[in-house]
Amino acid sequence: MSGASDLRGSGPVLTAHRAGLLGCHSCGRVWPAEQKTCARCGEHLSPPDRRKLQYVWAWLCAGIITYIPANIFPMMSTQTFAGLQGSSEATILEGVVELIHHGSYDIAAVVFVASIIVPIAKFVAISWLALVAGKPATAEQAHTRLKVYEVVEFIGRWSMIDVFVVAILSALVQLGFVASIHPGPAAVSFALSVAFTMLSAQSFDPRLIWRGLPLRSRENKNDGQESQAE
Amino acid sequence: MDHEGTYDLRTGRGLIACPRCDALHVEKELTAGETARCVRCGTVLANPRSGAFVQLIALAFTSMVLMLGAVFFPFLEISRMGFGNATSLFGVALAFAEGILLPLVLAVLIMIVGLPVLRSFLLLYTLVPLAQGRPAHRHAATAFRISEHLRPWSMAEIFVIGTSVALVKVAGLASVHLGPAFWAFCALIFVNLASRGFMCQATIWDAIEDSGGKTDGRELVEAPKPETVRS
Repeated sequence: MSGASDLRGSGPVLTAHRAGLLGCHSCGRVWPAEQKTCARCGEHLSPPDRRKLQYVWAWLCAGIITYIPANIFPMMSTQTFAGLQGSSEATILEGVVELIHHGSYDIAAVVFVASIIVPIAKFVAISWLALVAGKPATAEQAHTRLKVYEVVEFIGRWSMIDVFVVAILSALVQLGFVASIHPGPAAVSFALSVAFTMLSAQSFDPRLIWRGLPLRSRENKNDGQESQAE
Repeated sequence: MDHEGTYDLRTGRGLIACPRCDALHVEKELTAGETARCVRCGTVLANPRSGAFVQLIALAFTSMVLMLGAVFFPFLEISRMGFGNATSLFGVALAFAEGILLPLVLAVLIMIVGLPVLRSFLLLYTLVPLAQGRPAHRHAATAFRISEHLRPWSMAEIFVIGTSVALVKVAGLASVHLGPAFWAFCALIFVNLASRGFMCQATIWDAIEDSGGKTDGRELVEAPKPETVRS
């Protein structure tokens, strides 16, 4: 294990799975395949197995299902001048349209990207990863998939921002007669959708991405030093 | 006890597997400042920094103190046409305290206050004995593992960005006054970022077993030269 970043992806690499061992994904310790829990950190050990993708699909379905009411029900309701100057209940999409009418295109774009584009892109990305996981791939494809996975994993929690915005606005804008904002039921289902999607991404095992790489040549059990094992 | 550089392909002794792609590497103790990356996918496996434990402890304390301030000081205040309203962090969570939104109160409180505090606490529990050179606490490994598992669910920094988005939305409606709790939260982002920079899981795992606590009998001992200072 030396700083061999320049050797990325060159040549086949011996994985714990191919060697009949199990790597702990929490602390990295390697154990014989029979071992159930890692003796160092106590993490449950599991081989990279396509059957584990069922968890991914299950959480993903839950995420997609809860995303539907998040778009149908109002995210928050606004009352100005005790309803005289209009009280409105806005779903996510209506909120964006409203912002465009007010001329604040930049915020409209941010909200649209954060609460519509990103969640849908996450659903698509996770489904794609789960479909191609474990299938044969070249090293470049595997790198792309890992990158997609890392982006999904990173961006997942940031969708929660919408829920926080609704909470802050409803707590803050309580000006009695002048204006008040109340959260709508969509806030809950949006929060659930984000949480389920995060769980889905977390239950995806990135080691599956690399399982389908062609096993061309002599397996290389060496660390950092090897460059081409052909 | 294992000697550095020796490994056994049947039991996995002396090897580590990349958590992302499962590639096997021979375990080696790095000196501070070195970075080990996976040969295949480039994931950082270890990057020890010198004095990291003391820094992490200090940062965990800082984040606890800041969180205390963030919880009890006023958070935001707005006013328009003589009507005013102030809210604290609890006020923000309690905004959901109606009808079916109720569970969200708890979820929001846990994500923005509970988990950051819990993670700081777990980190202190793990690291304080190690920094003092004493054996690690009995449940240090479990505590550290849980702390790392909870990382994605601790959303204080996302909350801060959410606050700024909300402020932009409110700006046209009323004048906003930012309270000390808001600034405490902003400071918290930087504390978390710094803490992340010093965090090297591999080093902490090594330190837990080197400290002489309960181990799995696989801790590395340096092979040829006897006593060198460990980072």
